[in-house]
This record gives sequence, structure tokens and C-alpha cells, in this order.
Amino acid sequence: MEDIKETVLEYVQDEYLEEDDDREVEMDTPLISGGIVDSFSMVSLKRFLENKYGIQIPDSDATPEAFDSVEKIAVLVERFLDA
Amino acid sequence: MAYSEKTRTAYQEDLKGIEDAGLFKKERFIHAPQNAEIEVEFPEGSALKSVINMCANNYLGLSGNQEVIDAAHAGLDSRGYGMSSVRFICGTQDIHRELEQKMTEFLGTEDTILFPSCMDANAGVFEAVLNEEDVMIADRLVHASIIDGMRLCKAMNDSYKHSDMKHLEKKLILHQDKRNRLIITDGVFSMDGDLAKLDEIVALAEKYDAMVFVDESHASGFIGRTGRGTHEHCGVLGKIDIVTTTFGKALGGASGGCVSGRRELVELCRQKARPYLFSNTVAPVIVSGTLRVMEIVSGSTERRDKLEENTTYWRQLLDDAGFDVKSGDSPIVPVMLYNAKLAQDVATDLFAEGIYAVGFFFPVVPQGQARIRTQLSAAHEKHHLDKAIAAFTTVGEKYGILGLGKQELIEKFGM
Repeated sequence: MEDIKETVLEYVQDEYLEEDDDREVEMDTPLISGGIVDSFSMVSLKRFLENKYGIQIPDSDATPEAFDSVEKIAVLVERFLDA
Repeated sequence: MAYSEKTRTAYQEDLKGIEDAGLFKKERFIHAPQNAEIEVEFPEGSALKSVINMCANNYLGLSGNQEVIDAAHAGLDSRGYGMSSVRFICGTQDIHRELEQKMTEFLGTEDTILFPSCMDANAGVFEAVLNEEDVMIADRLVHASIIDGMRLCKAMNDSYKHSDMKHLEKKLILHQDKRNRLIITDGVFSMDGDLAKLDEIVALAEKYDAMVFVDESHASGFIGRTGRGTHEHCGVLGKIDIVTTTFGKALGGASGGCVSGRRELVELCRQKARPYLFSNTVAPVIVSGTLRVMEIVSGSTERRDKLEENTTYWRQLLDDAGFDVKSGDSPIVPVMLYNAKLAQDVATDLFAEGIYAVGFFFPVVPQGQARIRTQLSAAHEKHHLDKAIAAFTTVGEKYGILGLGKQELIEKFGM
């Protein structure tokens, strides 16, 4: 679980923050409601997770709520890894 | 009554929310043809004020050009006022096809289809040529009309950081399993005035088997040595698969737009693009005027050269006066202020000084990136720009912003 969190955190920082960004992302930072990830660019995050972990996340599970923090995303990934 | 008092009150509250957030837009009424100097009524009911226009997309100064007006009059006489039909029923005239052929030649593509506006072109093109097996990879600062078009399309959407080629390459690698990859960018970005790195984008597209889409609305007619656009500037004429552009800015400024590009993609738009199928196309009077515009811009680079000179001159004036100006190669010259209220106050004071320029702030530009966007025109003479810089300097002195860089402006006014 910790590995997944670290990987997702690193991806989110690299993908969504600019070089001179003043914002910081931590494990519980609200990503979508906090305006860091918009629902439009959530798609690439989902695709990254699917490729990285060899899982399929149905659109019905890829909700803005489920993607709203690194912690929540890790829980979602674990669920499909176990499935 | 369905529109009850409760419903009315709810909508009034929505409007108040927009007003309270400082986002309420008010129109200013111009009592003259669009030009470098215009007569403006603002606020509504007030006496007319003569101002220098620094915020029109009238890049080539053709919006009120007499030759264009004459051609439009002749078109009105010979082809009438309206078509009362969509293109594929009985709404196509010979001049519509003539303008499409002219645009194909000018943009260096294979074919062109007209749309009622470039907004419509962008709304229709993606859905017409892509499906769920494909992916669209867009620069994060593309125009709102492109975002809307992408939302209407079933293909997967993704984005890359603004003009970040390494990020784009990562995305192209990520999506190699898709049937088609379409890289999407503006040619000239409307808020910052910077140009897409089309040479690098085309190289990546060739390496990773992707198509390239460019919106040239803020480029057609003046970017590149002969004004053909960003693809000419970057040396990739003929290598862009889809170009969209507008007749509502440099090319006469009335309305209308087009999709120009690979023959099959244009034909798919003719068969499937909904804004083309379910709306009348550009009115004959505008087609006639635009045909004359295309003759003017194809025949001489005089206007485009003057625009370039004006831009260089204006940038130098702003630099010398001590403003924080975003660098770039286009006639969009943003004066950075960072603070939204400051941008609004400066724009208001500039208007009082006889300069019409608009402050832009979040959500139109990112938070903390507020600015006055100035736009040059070939219709500007040096004396207009000299008068404009005098007004900018007066207002700049009032707020004590001259000579301040980004950090100093943020420290003084906040973001």
C-alpha cells in the first residue's frame, strides 16, 4: 500500500504541478475538489494506474470522489489488484 | 406560470454571485466601424468617448477596409442576403466553394470546409474524425472552443503541460496502443501570445505516428513570412493534418471559420460534423468580403509587415517605460500585473485616459496571472502607440508599478 501511495504521489506531482508551482501535494491533499486535477485530465491518471498495475478500473468506479486524494486512489488501486 | 418568483429569485442570485466574484461582463457600445480609433459609449447612456483600440483582433486592420466593404456590397447584390438552408440541401453557392479552394491554397492543405464560426469548426471536427479507439492529447492552454469540441467526442482525452515537449512525448508513448493519436494545440496562444513549437510537435508526431491539429485563429494572415500561419513560421507547411481558423479576426473580422487539412478528414466533416450539417454556413455577403480579404493577404505582405513593425515598436515602448511584459513573437502583448483588482483598476484608468484595453484575470487566465492584454493592428499608426504609451505611463506612475518585476509586483499588490 505504501509503495502504491508513493508511486501515485510522485506521478501526481510530476503530472499536474508546474516547475514554479507554489502548491504542494501530500497524501491527503484534495486533488479534484482542490483544483489540482480537473475532471478532464483525470483520464490520464486513470490510464497511468491501469498501465502501471495491469488493472482495469471501470468508469463507474473512476469517480471524482474516488480520485480526490492520493490515499483514496491507492485504496481504489488495491481493490482492483485484489479483485 | 412556470417561471415562478422562486425561479426568478434563484437566477437573480446566480447573477449576483457572478457580480460579487467580480466576473460580471458588461458590453461597451462602439458607434463606428471597427478601427484603431473608435467612438465608444460606456457606461450605457454616457456621451461618446474617442479611444485608441488596443483590444481588437483586427490584426491586419481589414475590418473596416473599403475594398472589403465594396466586395461585400457587390456580393450582397449578386448573391443576395441569406441562403435559408444548410449546405447539403440548398445552402451552397459557387462562392462558398471558391472560398474553400482559396483557403486550401493559402493554408497549404489538401481541402477545406467552411463553418459558421471557428467555435463551430472546433466543436464539430473531433467528433467527426475520431472515435472511442482514438486519443486526443491537447496542450493545457488550448482555447475553450477546443475543450468543448473534445468533450463532444468519444475519443479518450488527455493533455500535456503547456508547450512541454518532454511531457507530450511521454503521453505519445503512453497511448501507443490507440488506433489514432491526435496532438491538439493553438498556433498562437490567445492569452500569452506565445507560439506553439510546431516544428518539434511535427517531429514527435512523425516519430510516434500521431496526427497534428492546430487552431490558427490568432495566426492566419500575419504569422509567418507571408502570413500563412504558425506552420509557415515553424517551417512545417503541408505537415499539419488539421488546421482550423476564423474569418472573425485578422481575415476581415466578420464571422465564419473553417476546417482545412487532409482530404479524407475534411470530407468526413462534410458528412458528419454536426455544426456543419445542422446550421447555415457563412452568409454570402461575408464570403464575398472574405474572398477579397484573401486576395489582399495573398497579394502583398504590406499589412503583415506593418503589424510586425508596430508590435516591435510597442514592445520597446513598454519595456522602456518599465512594464513587466511577457515575451513573444505575436501581436498579442500581455502587460503582467498578477493581481486581479489591479488589472481591473488599471484598465478602468486607461479607458479614462483614452485607451481601450482589457484586464484579464482568473478564470480566463490562471490564478495570480492577471494582466492587461494589448493587441496590435496594422491599422495603428505610430502616433496611436505614442499616445497609448503616454497613457500607460501615467497610469503606471499612479500605481507605482513602473520598473517592478514579477516578485516586486506580487509583494506590493498580492496575487
